Amino acid sequence: MILRKEKASEVLDLFRRMWLIRAFEEKASVLYAERQIAGLLHLSIGQEAIAVGACSLLHQDDYVFGGHRSHGHAIATGADINKLMAELAGRATGYCGGNGGSMHIVAKETGFITASGIVGGTIPLALGAAFAAKERKKGQLAVVFFGDGAGQAGAFHESLNIASLWQLPVIFVCENNGYAEFTPLSAHTKIERLAQHAKTYAIVASTVDGNDLFAVRAAMARAIKNCRNDKGPAFVECLTHRLRGHYEGDPAKYRELSQLATWKKQDPIARVERTLRKKKLATSQKLKAVEAQARALVEKAADFALSSPWPSPEAVDHAVYAEAK
Amino acid sequence: MLRPRRLFFMYEQTYLEAIRSALAEEMRRDSSVYLFGEDVALGGPFGATKGLADEFGTHRVVNTPISEGTVMGLATGAAVAGLRPVVEIMFIDFITLAMDQLVNHAAKLHYMSGGQLRVPLTIRVQCGITGAMGAHHSQSFEAWLTHVPGLKVLMPATPEDAKGLLKTAIRDDNPVVFIEHRGLYWTKGEIPQDDHGVPIGKAKILREGDQITIVALASMVGPALAAADELSNQGISVEVIDLRSVAPIDVETIVNSTKKTSRIIVVHEAVRQSGIGAEVAALVQEHAFYHLDCPVLRIAAPFAPIPAGPSLEAAFVPGKDLILEAAHRALGSRLF
Repeated sequence: MILRKEKASEVLDLFRRMWLIRAFEEKASVLYAERQIAGLLHLSIGQEAIAVGACSLLHQDDYVFGGHRSHGHAIATGADINKLMAELAGRATGYCGGNGGSMHIVAKETGFITASGIVGGTIPLALGAAFAAKERKKGQLAVVFFGDGAGQAGAFHESLNIASLWQLPVIFVCENNGYAEFTPLSAHTKIERLAQHAKTYAIVASTVDGNDLFAVRAAMARAIKNCRNDKGPAFVECLTHRLRGHYEGDPAKYRELSQLATWKKQDPIARVERTLRKKKLATSQKLKAVEAQARALVEKAADFALSSPWPSPEAVDHAVYAEAK
Repeated sequence: MLRPRRLFFMYEQTYLEAIRSALAEEMRRDSSVYLFGEDVALGGPFGATKGLADEFGTHRVVNTPISEGTVMGLATGAAVAGLRPVVEIMFIDFITLAMDQLVNHAAKLHYMSGGQLRVPLTIRVQCGITGAMGAHHSQSFEAWLTHVPGLKVLMPATPEDAKGLLKTAIRDDNPVVFIEHRGLYWTKGEIPQDDHGVPIGKAKILREGDQITIVALASMVGPALAAADELSNQGISVEVIDLRSVAPIDVETIVNSTKKTSRIIVVHEAVRQSGIGAEVAALVQEHAFYHLDCPVLRIAAPFAPIPAGPSLEAAFVPGKDLILEAAHRALGSRLF
């Protein structure tokens, strides 16, 4: 249904973007195992349809906020994967010069304002950007991605209340992957669908299959229309599953292998590929080439990152305060 | 007290009026200045923002729900997106609810982003052990805040500094916590007519002397000056420094004064343990150890929550008598 409205070339672009995220994170995982990337690495493998579906409908001057699992969100806004990989590797050429790392990515040039290591921490920040956007009256909006774990945080509830009260142009995108770190959602709340909270706060909400790119796009299109027409916030809950552990190195023994197998069948990239094949919008050869191209770009990004210089030790306490312009 | 000077380009205002003037002038000057806080459009409980919603509208003087954490984050996000917000946290005790956003986001976004983001945010808070308001409406948290890289922390003691420092804070491209003292709200002082800004990071020498240095913060400046008067009558020459800016702290002024007087007493209303006094003592021993004739002395509140009963509250707040006693101790210790 929805596919008919989308041009084949556009869908191929989205498919390409999803593969770029997948390849990027798979490479990051390898580099992490090789200790070329340090720290904590939270991958979004299996959740790419949400980042790409949501960001593909945004304008360049919209504001996007992520969480601790946000490489995909940054790439979906068009962030440069060389600078992103360099940031993960702590190099001077990274987006934040090595100050941010995986959990604190900022790619201001593409509207990816910030990720955060604090669960739910960016939700209020997105409200602020939406407030500024509303005052500016240029139809800009803010999107914030967070997981189901954030749904039990105070900041989440306070933010839903204020966004609704002030009719702010903000879209809450909840990536409900069923687990807050190691614990299933059912052990943290009696509320099964976080979109229910949005309804409590009188916010337009929908719950969609987060592994279906087209379903995410359709829900986001409605949410965006709401915001751009100054009709207040919207909430899009995307049901999904991360195919890796909470972080790299987490064996994820808290979930059944059968559960993982079920979700693997719902791999969002494979689903787009099946659709493209079925509709005969792309040849097998072309689809294979997309993956190969993504992997080649990511190899280059890794080379760029690992051949980049480390930040100068003297820079360790630079940029603590902003200098007057 | 402050040298009396009423020149044609000065006018008199209370500390509270000075704050209101600073807000109004900055809002007139810069349309990106917005106020957020509980009841700010109604003037707030002390009247600091009285009349501002009439002049600037409730879209710029924005009443918020009692959601300090989210309001702090919202203002931080708005600052990143190009506004210059001033958030009012009605009592500094409530800043505890906003610490995640203040400490983890506002203070760090510039650094974590490698300089991509700026957070031109002012946080107005009010503190003070006065009025028997008890342990949840009287605390002093300045030392906590100075421990966070990325924040600037100000504590004006006079109407002139309240106005000048608030204007500078609003124009600063960093998060600045501006701590007002409730006990000073209705004190009067002379303020220059011009568009006057007071630099951040500069202490003010209120009285020169060469035997003892007293470094005081906010409400303790008055008692420090009163003590200095009495000591002067006893033939003891005291230098009184109003710190004004606790982060960044004016190391140079503190150290130079200590080198001159060889004795230093720090006075603050916050509890002694890990207070600003500890930082001053550490700085003095790092930079002027061999000039000292006696240990650095700290006058501060006892290490306890603030009691609500008026008699206990009065016993809790440090004041002139403790400063006088410390000054004599400092001078006496020369004998050893």
